[in-house]
Amino acid sequence: MVSIRPGPVTVGGVALDNHLLLAAGILGTTGSSLNRMLSLGAGGVVTKSIGPYPKDGHAGPCLAVLDDGILNAMGLPNPSKEFVDEVAPLIKKPVMVSIFGGNPAEFARVAGWFEGKVAGFELNLSCPHAEGYGAAIGTDPGLVEACTRAVSATGVPTWVKLTPNVTDITSIGKAAERGGASAIVAINTVRAMRISTGLRRPVLGNRYGGLSGSAVFPVAVRCVYELYESCKIPIIGCGGVSSADNVIEMMMAGASAVEIGSAVLNNVKIFETIKSDLYKKDGLSPKEIIGCAHHG
Amino acid sequence: MPTMDDSLSVPVTILRVRKETSLIRTFVLDRSFPFSPGQFVMVWVPGIDEIPMALSSENTITVQKAGDATTAMFALGAGDKLGIRGPFGNGFTKGEKVLAIAGGVGAAPLLPLARADCVMTLLLGAKTESELLFVDQLDECTDVFIATDDGSLGFGGFVTALMDDLNLGVYDRIAVCGPEMMMRAVLAKVEEKGIAHKTEFSLHRYMKCGSGICGSCCIDPSGLRVCRDGPVFSGDLLLKSEFGHYMRDASGRKKNL
Ligand SMILES: Cc1cc2nc3c(=O)[nH]c(=O)nc-3n(C[C@H](O)[C@H](O)[C@H](O)COP(=O)(O)OP(=O)(O)OC[C@H]3O[C@@H](n4cnc5c(N)ncnc54)[C@H](O)[C@@H]3O)c2cc1C
Ligand SMILES: Cc1cc2nc3c(=O)[nH]c(=O)nc-3n(C[C@H](O)[C@H](O)[C@H](O)COP(=O)(O)O)c2cc1C
Ligand code: FES
Repeated sequence: MVSIRPGPVTVGGVALDNHLLLAAGILGTTGSSLNRMLSLGAGGVVTKSIGPYPKDGHAGPCLAVLDDGILNAMGLPNPSKEFVDEVAPLIKKPVMVSIFGGNPAEFARVAGWFEGKVAGFELNLSCPHAEGYGAAIGTDPGLVEACTRAVSATGVPTWVKLTPNVTDITSIGKAAERGGASAIVAINTVRAMRISTGLRRPVLGNRYGGLSGSAVFPVAVRCVYELYESCKIPIIGCGGVSSADNVIEMMMAGASAVEIGSAVLNNVKIFETIKSDLYKKDGLSPKEIIGCAHHG
Repeated sequence: MPTMDDSLSVPVTILRVRKETSLIRTFVLDRSFPFSPGQFVMVWVPGIDEIPMALSSENTITVQKAGDATTAMFALGAGDKLGIRGPFGNGFTKGEKVLAIAGGVGAAPLLPLARADCVMTLLLGAKTESELLFVDQLDECTDVFIATDDGSLGFGGFVTALMDDLNLGVYDRIAVCGPEMMMRAVLAKVEEKGIAHKTEFSLHRYMKCGSGICGSCCIDPSGLRVCRDGPVFSGDLLLKSEFGHYMRDASGRKKNL
């Protein structure tokens, strides 16, 4: 197996402890939970997506565990501005606040609450299952560019997370780049549904949800590969990563770092597990690996 | 990667509904779920919501009317369907001489513990006599002492006062489930006696996924997940924590108790 050398990592303007970040919405609702994941080996953490107003989220069921993935429709539950107090004790740690809003002004307002208190922002333009939010913006290049610019204007590192639920993800990636994004995160969940044959209705309260976990890994690798060919800013690969070999594969597709979400379900210590396989003192330099599948 | 278990909700049919008190009913299901006492399931009330409920036996849940989903359940009867995910969580640690302390619907997860034949003594509390849960079933399997807030049966006052009449040194474990303020009072008492480490509390926090991934049930300052690392926690872990002080609502905002 290919392994890489440990060492300092900076991606999209953010200094990380290693190449592995906790993905948005996974154990990211409280400061102490994020802190626990950092102490369990995450090189950085992304918070639950925070919006302009508090939201309770969708009625349950919110989540279904499948053979090879997770189907969820949480509905962006979040405490809004009160979250500032949650992350305050984590100042100076590699914490990215995930932000969502209905328009550029809302994105800017939420970002303003956290300026100077976190390492950077990740814009959730891509949540596929909340009315008027998320995918409605993330599928429109003009809006993506405007929302990105509204936040990147703060000068704080701004990562933009993309939905795979579009015909051409590169047009959205390029829009984020024009808006001043310092990195692109790909991907959010893939729109999906399961039906309970016993109860004769969709298994989620919201009926539609987003698929994550191993099942979407090939989709995520394809998206990262396409974005690497068309964008210059760094890419953070996300979607179905659950082993060191998956991390290497994402890097070969073009990712400078990865985010891990669903794999936490089976192993809350997944970061330590992957790190011990991924890093070797005599491993290759990450530079030699990132994007290498594009050559030749 | 290690494969995830396909654990879509299992459809179950309600066989019977038993009225326990004016506010509490037991739903008997047509399927059994092997479990350890203290574990819970996520109960899907179709069209309404999905909520956590302790198993009161392999095929029953015992539900107190609280809000939307539980009220909707009270309208269900024999033949109606629910979805069940689980069991989840850790359950109570086994002991040989257990003291169990139950308040209100908190008796639900403690009944199967008492039936497992390890509970020497059980302290049962409720607001008033008619709200006492499982008096007869518990009497059959353990030594029960009763307290009611209004004194309508047993000791008049909080169930914690009954602890003063016991030699707590006799028990190797203490298992507690009930309203959080009552559990906090028990924690203060066992801390004073230096036995917080052998006392376990079953916690209630807002649960959305029940699977340990969404973060809605995490407690401060450990960041542990009530649905996965709990719901049963040792007293010494709860001493300097949010327990008894605040919890978070569905949005994640703190609410003082
Ligand atoms: C591990 C565990 C075991 C439980 N076991 C039992 C039991 O055996 N019997 C019983 O009667 N109750 C039990 N509960 C409490 C039960 O889950 C709530 O009473 C129920 O969720 C209320 O739902 P509702 O829609 O009727 O009320 P709502 O109107 O939604 O809310 C009323 C209150 O119920 C709580 N609540 C609502 N939804 C949830 C949720 N998804 N997760 C946690 N709390 C919620 C909140 O505190 C809320 O303020 C348990 C809770 C937990 C965490
Ligand atoms: C329960 C759950 C909640 C999520 N919440 C968010 C969120 O709030 N914001 C966001 O941008 N992505 C959210 N996601 C998507 C993940 O961050 C990630 O993009 C996706 O799950 C794919 O990665 P994975 O396969 O490693 O989980 C959530 C995913 C899950 C499973
Ligand atoms: S309810 Fe989702 S982590 Fe516990």
